[in-house]
Parts: sequence; structure tokens; C-alpha cells
Amino acid sequence: MSRNLILGALLSSLVLLAALLSFFWTPYDYAALDIPNKLQPPSIQHWFGTDHFGRDMFSMIMIGARTSIAVALVAVGIGMTLGIPLGLMAAARKGTWLDEVIMRGNDLVFAFPSLVIAILITAILGAGAINAIIAIGIFNIPVFARITRGAALSLWEREFILAARVSGKGAARISAEHILPNVANLLIVQGTIQFSLGILAEAGLSYVGLGAQPPTPSWGRMLADAQTMVSFAPHLALIPGLAIIVTVMGLNLLGDGLRDWLDPRIRVARA
Amino acid sequence: MSLLRIENLSLSIHSVEILKRVNLSIAPGQIVAVTGESGSGKSMTALAVMQLLPNGAQVSGSVLLEDQNLLTLSEPKMCTLRGASVGMVFQEPMTALNPVKNIGDQVMETILIHKAMSRSQAQARAQEVLTRVGLPQDRFPLSRYPHELSGGQRQRVVIAMAIALRPKLLIADEPTTALDVTTQAQILDLLKGLVREFGMGLLMITHDLAVVADMADKIVVMRHGEVVESGATTDLLHNMQHPYTRMLFKASGHQVTLPERPQPQPLLEVRNVIRTYRLPRKGLFDIPEHHRAVDNVSFALNRGERLGLVGESGCGKSTLTKAILGLDEVQAGEIRLDGQAVFSGHKPNLAVRRKMHVVFQDPYGSFNPRHRVARLIAEPFHLLETPPTGSERQDRIAEMLRAVGLSPDDADKYIHEFSGGQRQRIAIARALVIQPELILFDEAVSALDVSVRAQILDLLAELCATYSLTYLFISHDLSVVRTITDRVMVMQAGKIVEEGETEQVFAQPKHPYTQSLINAAPTLPEISDNVA
Amino acid sequence: MLRYTLKRLISLLISLMVASVVIFMVIEVAPGDPASFMLGVNAQEDTLVALRAELGLDVPKVQRYFNWVSGMLVGDFGTSYTYRTPVSQMIADRLWVSLPLALYALALSTLIAFPAGIYAAARRGKPGDLTVMGATQLGIAVPNFWFAMMLVLIFAINLRWFNAGGFAGWENGLWTGLHSLTLPAIALALPQAAILARVMRSSLLDILGEDFMRTARAKGVSRRQALWRHGVRNALIPVLTIIGLQFSFLLAGSIIIEKVFYLPGLGRLVFQAISARDLIVVESVVMLLVFAVITVNFLVDLAYAAVDPRLRSRT
Repeated sequence: MSRNLILGALLSSLVLLAALLSFFWTPYDYAALDIPNKLQPPSIQHWFGTDHFGRDMFSMIMIGARTSIAVALVAVGIGMTLGIPLGLMAAARKGTWLDEVIMRGNDLVFAFPSLVIAILITAILGAGAINAIIAIGIFNIPVFARITRGAALSLWEREFILAARVSGKGAARISAEHILPNVANLLIVQGTIQFSLGILAEAGLSYVGLGAQPPTPSWGRMLADAQTMVSFAPHLALIPGLAIIVTVMGLNLLGDGLRDWLDPRIRVARA
Repeated sequence: MSLLRIENLSLSIHSVEILKRVNLSIAPGQIVAVTGESGSGKSMTALAVMQLLPNGAQVSGSVLLEDQNLLTLSEPKMCTLRGASVGMVFQEPMTALNPVKNIGDQVMETILIHKAMSRSQAQARAQEVLTRVGLPQDRFPLSRYPHELSGGQRQRVVIAMAIALRPKLLIADEPTTALDVTTQAQILDLLKGLVREFGMGLLMITHDLAVVADMADKIVVMRHGEVVESGATTDLLHNMQHPYTRMLFKASGHQVTLPERPQPQPLLEVRNVIRTYRLPRKGLFDIPEHHRAVDNVSFALNRGERLGLVGESGCGKSTLTKAILGLDEVQAGEIRLDGQAVFSGHKPNLAVRRKMHVVFQDPYGSFNPRHRVARLIAEPFHLLETPPTGSERQDRIAEMLRAVGLSPDDADKYIHEFSGGQRQRIAIARALVIQPELILFDEAVSALDVSVRAQILDLLAELCATYSLTYLFISHDLSVVRTITDRVMVMQAGKIVEEGETEQVFAQPKHPYTQSLINAAPTLPEISDNVA
Repeated sequence: MLRYTLKRLISLLISLMVASVVIFMVIEVAPGDPASFMLGVNAQEDTLVALRAELGLDVPKVQRYFNWVSGMLVGDFGTSYTYRTPVSQMIADRLWVSLPLALYALALSTLIAFPAGIYAAARRGKPGDLTVMGATQLGIAVPNFWFAMMLVLIFAINLRWFNAGGFAGWENGLWTGLHSLTLPAIALALPQAAILARVMRSSLLDILGEDFMRTARAKGVSRRQALWRHGVRNALIPVLTIIGLQFSFLLAGSIIIEKVFYLPGLGRLVFQAISARDLIVVESVVMLLVFAVITVNFLVDLAYAAVDPRLRSRT
């Protein structure tokens, strides 16, 4: 196991634990206003200080982790559950109209950055965390479809797939039995990367007001609130920013580490 | 005086020993062939001379090029020697050229990087060498890109790059292994001609003993990083000292005896089969053209018969194989096994599929790396209406493993635990497990070392006796087809141009294409007296 | 080459057509009648009808789609529901901020990423490589709008080298305009440069393992010469793909960054339009963004052909 993998796993599980813990316990009630103690810098009582309403930043960061992880996780889930089967289908029917339709559809979705999708959805349905999930989720579909198809196509050229076809197995069965297990590693790694990108995207969307709505804390909106107060209370901006960086870096390191660890070529070379 | 003298060359990479005290020498104008099976260290010897070894390599000994020890030269000094004093030609012409630069620039680079000539002189020299290697300027101007050339033509470009500055030493690492026999013969002729014309020394690395015997003035046989035997070609061929050398030559010309064929009774009937591919359209509104990969092919294969199919790459033999297996539908004609059509109503016919199986070329790509051997071998059970289960299934797997010379205990292992030859045995076990009426061997021994190939051929002959196999053996390797088949078909450009009893066809080929194939294939010299 | 370009051009047109249908359909699903929203709940029925006619809402949907598309083809994006001014004018004003910002950032990102990626690949495994890789690891984890806030804090509030926000306008000279876009462009560019540098490095490392690199070395080309003469151009092919994708991220990202710097760009326009339910503006801005992304991808396809002769000759 590499240093990347260990460090990444540590950072990611730290954030995940904070998010899980927030369901049962936070140091303070995140919504409790305490105007007299507003804009406190970090101290023993308030580890991360307080915001302009005197709310405890540490508690808000914990709940924010929950929001970020929930949005990113569901969005990656949407991308995987729809994208992977599409990619497998396109590869199994390479060169046919089905492949063409799936790939052109992918290109089309790629032309809509998740922010644009969020804008469209908000224009119709109004703002909310669900928008962020749908917007990031839709954007993830072509990502997974494309990477699955690419990896599956090279597998379909391999002789063990021909042997399975000679053994009378159909495209669906071969995809499930031979293709998917052999692209799973790649998808796990990509899933980690997309998860970290999802955290970043969620932060961006909630920063511009297209994500989770008050009073639910989210890292992006904490930053938006902090903007006018950066000059005299920099911790309001620093802490949510660092929370995002730690989470994203942790996930990226985890992804890199997993890729090296799961890649049999590298593992054999090391053994 | 020798041009190149390698003395006590040892090499280890990340402390794994690759070469052990290798000695060899080459005189100007001499062709020295280094041969051996995979893992013998022959290619690493060549790379050590070029000082292009992978990271983590540690060398000792000396490599003297006209009294200059290359192992002690600095990297910048080596750069001035590479391409100017020593040229090199590689195995894989399809990837040896930069795809985004034209061939003129790539040949001229050899000249310009050494500042040997002005740009215009370099251009003239590039035209001259390309013409010399058989790429005349009227058909192959400098502005051609690699993707516009065939494999053989690309190898000529690589040779042109290597000889542009008339190096004293040329190293060729399996220069014809990736090429068809007729192209191989031309490239070997070209190399011989160049050696004679320029008085170069040629260090030729090849696994093909027929090529070695045909080309070399001197032979060096390597095994596990050591030179086991070396000597002048005629001496060595007539007086082999080391048992490994004898084994190698014997295995290269390995013959098997097949059991007698039963009375002719047709099993597979292929009638007027046509398989075409649509080519990409040339212009936006042009009607797309079609390429006939298989062009009106008809033949029959009798029960208990071993039929060969030979031809060069792109002749349509793989397409025909896929059509017979029912993997691709044909545009016209019919393929019947035991009277039943392979394809019925645009769907592959399961009843027919059950009666045939296949063994592919690549022992490394033929198995799902995530499954155990038992599951790999049992995959064809999927074709049966009532696949065996429980102990019956295990017994069948064990029986198959024993039949191909492996142990029933191997069933629980993963495929990466096996060598190339063992994997090919497992592939045969998989093909046999449903006891099909017909087996297709698609270049099934082409990727194997000669000694392993000989063992697999023995295994096939043995299985023919026990299971009375019927097979279609597809290969580009004439010597293998000659010993392992009763009847043979020769395919060229989608058509079967000659068909007949194997011995008959090889001894007295009728079609000019068959004649050219057989003439182009290098043959092992008669060495039987001393190889007892 | 002509055939390749034509083929790409046709696929560009089809993408644009499908995208416009999707956008139109999504917006059409939106509940509520813009006319009654604009006039309030107490509006008279006849004024509503008159306003609908003025806004072109009184014709069937298919007809409206064609009116919208044919209008856009001649630069007429309709009339804003709230401001009653031509949408094209509103967009044009904002585009003069957003587009230069995205291009500025793209230029910066490429200028930083190429040398960094090539440098790291050339020194694979050495301290120089590890430093660049560590920096990019951090770079891809930093949200650009947060990075923007930090830039404002350091360079505008503390050092006072730049203004904390606002746009000076192009009418005061190119330099003044660029100066006020510099911090936003850096904020956008650095995280993208980190991604691009990593792609450049890994793509170059892949190429370094190719057979033709060994062929070049056998000709007497040194390691570094081989990297420049044979590596970089081949490595550009995957890098171009990422540059194309990044443009869409930069354009969308500029909408977020505009908020940090209070820039009068497309972002502010679209957020105002959303809160005012000025759907025609939202629709047009989204169409414009998608148009830009699709066009850039078309240009990337052409750039492939310039780099790779195989694409030029093959169909």
C-alpha cells in the first residue's frame, strides 16, 4: 500500500466520520444564534470560531460535510447507475445505431456544464439541494458511460471474449460476467475522482445560491456569507475552504492510491 | 580485427540477473545471428550494445566497438555514436515510426542530428537511401506518412534510417518476426545486400532458426542469459555440441505422426461463402465501396480429418474462421455442420455451436484473469441443455486437465500462475470439454517458443488418437501445417487458390502463389545425421 | 481534410439543433405565464393578451420554437420580459466581460500547464517532478471561488495591487480592462492549469514508452531532444481534448467567479433573470453557453487534424 492510499483513506474517513457523527452529536446546535459571541476567532470553546450570527463554525462544518457528501454521493450514484449500463451497451453494440445514439447523446450532455444544468433546473423548479444532485448527477452520466465504453471496447477485442461468444454467451451475459468485473477497478477509481469533483461542484453551486438552501449549512454558502467579512474575520472564509480542500485532496489521493493498488500490472511488478 | 567484441558482459535489472558473462564478436562484413527462446537475453544483449537499457540496469564486462568500450562512454558521447556508427532496426515496424512526422523528416533526422550534412544534402541522402531500401521516390516521396505504408514498407523506412549514415555496425532485433513470409524474404535479402555493399557488420537477433541458418556467417545460441554455444554456421550446424542447441534445432523441425483418417464422410460444408466489409466512403456523396474479405469460398471437411488453412495476414483466414464459428453472419453462401446451418434466421444456431469450439493464438489474452481454471474450462458447458453439475462437472474438468497433461489440482488456480505453453493446454482443455465434433485452431501455436510448440504439437497428435479429433488448423506457419494436417488449403485475397493433400501441395505446389509462399519460407538445413 | 471538416461541421449543426430543442423544451415545461408574472395578479385580461402578443407568446409552441431559432440566426434573441429591452443587447454587453475572462484564463492555464507538465515528465521521479505533482495535487483540490476570495484578501485588500471587484470597462483602454480581469483570470486558471499539467505529464510519459521513442534514441537523439521532437506533438492529442473540455468549465466557472469580483458578466445577468423569472433571458444565455462549448469542441476536432496526419487522410 502506498503513502497516497493511506493518507487519502485517512483524510476521507476523517471527513466521513465527522459527517456521520453530526447525525448524533455536534458541539453546539448549528442553528443556535448567539449574537453577543459573533465573529469569534477559533478558541477552546469554539474550535473553529463563530460566524456573524454567533453560530458555532465547527458544528456547521460537520453538518456541511453531511450535505456535501450526500449530494456528491447521490450524484455519483446517478452517474454510475445510468452511465455504466449505457457504456456497456454501447461497447457491446459497437458501430451500430445504438452505440452512435448513446455516444452522440453523451457529447450533447457534455455541452451542458453542470452549472448550466443547475441554472436550467432552478429556472423551472426553484433552488434546492435536489437541483445540485440532479445537475451534478446528469453531468456524471456521460463521464461514466464514456470511460466504461472505452475500457469495454478494448476488452471486447480480447480472445477470452471471443471464447465466451463461441461458448454461446450473449452480449448481456458477457458484459455482466466478463466485462464488468474487469472494468470495475477503473470505475472505482473514477468514482472516487468524480466524488471529489462532485464535492467541488456542490460547493460552487451552493456558493451562487443554486444548492442547499438555508438553514441547512453547506460549505459553499458559508463561503458566500463570509465574502463581505473576509477583511476582518478571515477565519469565516479560511475554514470552510480548508474543509473543502482536505476532503477533495483526500479523495484524490485515495483515487490515485487505489489506482496503483488495484492495477495488477503494477502489483505484479512490485511483488 | 573484430568490429564489435563483447567480453564477459553481465547485466542485471533491479538486481534480477539477465545476462551472465556473454562473449561474442563480429568482424566487418560479417553477419552474426544471436538466437534463443524467449527470456534468453538475446534482445537485451542488443540493447546493451546500444546502451538503451531500461532504468535500473547494471552492466559489467566490456562492449568494444573498434577498441572503444561503449560501457564506459558518457551518454552524450553515446548519442554521437548511435545512428552514426551503430544503427538499429526493431521488431515492430507498425509502431517504430512517429505517426505525426513524415518519413522524409524521420530519415533526415538521423543525418541532421549528427550535423553530418547540410539540410539539402541530407534531403538528397534521404531520397537515396529510401530508394536503396526499395522505396523509389516516384511512389514513396519524402512527404509520405507512416500510416500510408504497409508493415514491410515501414520496416524499409526503419532500415533506411538506420543506414542513412552508413554505420559500421547494424543491429537488427527480430526484424522480420512481425512480417509475412514473402515480405520477410525481401527484407532479409535487403539486409544481406546492404551488408555486402557497405561492408557493415550485422548483429541479427532472431528466434527463427531457419532464418538463422539461411543468413548468418556465425551463430550464437543463448539460453537464460548465457551463451551456450557459438561458432561458424556450417561448423555449428554439422557439429552441435550442446544438448540445448540440438534440442532447439530438433524442436524447430519437429514432426508428428497423425493417426490414419477414417472413411471420408463430410462434417463441415462451406459453400460459396462471401463476407464483405463496407469501406469508409471516399467522398461525401460517394457510394461506399465494399471489401470482399472472403470471396466465394467453398470446401468440405470430413469427419476425422485434419485440414490446414494457410495464407498471409489480411488474406481473409480470420474472417472465415469467425464465419464458421457463427460469430459473424455471411452475406452469401452457407456454412453447414453435420447438415445444419451455422446461422439460421440471422441468429447463430445453438445446436451447431455445441458441436464446435476454438483455440486462439494468444495464450495471455484467451482467459478472463478473474476466473479460476475450473470455471474457465467449464465455460462451454453453457452451450449444453443440461450442463453437468457437482461431482460430474468436477470429474469432467479433471479428465480434461489430465488429457492435456496438467494435474486436476490445477483447477483451483488462477490463469496467471501458468506459463504460455500451459495456458495453451488449458485452452485446448476448454475446447475439448463438451467433446465437440470440430475444433478450430486459430494460429494456436504461433505465439509459442519452439520447444513448447513441439510439445503442444505432440499433445495434438496424441489427442487425435484418443479422441479422434476433426480440426481446421489455421496458420501462417507452413512447417507446422505440413506436419499437423492431412489436407491443406491456401488462401490469397479472400479466395482459396489451391487445395489438396498436404504432402502433395508442399512437394508440388501448382498455383504460383503457393509456389512463392513455399519458396519464400526459409528452411532448416538437413542436420539429421548429427542430431540424434 | 475537407471531408473531415465537413463531417465535423455537420455534427456541429446537429448538436446545436438538438441542444436548442432540449433547452426550449425544458424552459417550456416551466410553470407560470411570464405575462401574468410581469403584470401581477390583478392584471386585466386584455392587457395580458396584448402583452402575450407583444412577447410572441400567443402562437403555438412549435411556431415559437422556430421563431426563437430563426431570430437567433439573425442575432435577434427576443425581448426581455422584465426590462423590455432586446436580449441580444443585454447579452452582448455582458459577453464583453465573460468571454475575454474565459479566454484570458484559458491562455493563462495553458501557459502555466504546458511547461509544468513537460518539466515534470522530463524529470520523472526526481524532486522537480514531485514538487510539480504536489502543487497540482493541491491545485485540483482548491475551489476556484475560494481561491478568488483569498486572492482578493491578499492582493486587493492587503497589498492593494488590484481592485477588490468591479470591471473598469474596455473603453478606458485594453490594459485597464485586462488589469481588472487579472485576479479573476488567475483564480479560474490555476486549478485548471493543475489538471492540464497532470494530463500533459501523464500523456507525455505514455508517449515516452512508445516504440518510436526508442527508434529515435537509436538514431542518436538524446533523451531531451526526443521528448521535444517526438514526444510533445504526440502528447498534444489527449491534451487538446482536455483543453476543449476546460473551456466549458472556464465559461461556466466564470459565472461563479463573477460573483466574487462583482463583475457585470453573463453570470449576474442569468441570476437576475432567474429571480425575475425572465425565462427568455435564461433560455438565451444557456443557449449561448452551449453554443460556445459546442463550437470550441468543433475547433478542437480541427486542431486534432492539424496535429495528427492520420486524421487528415483518413475519411
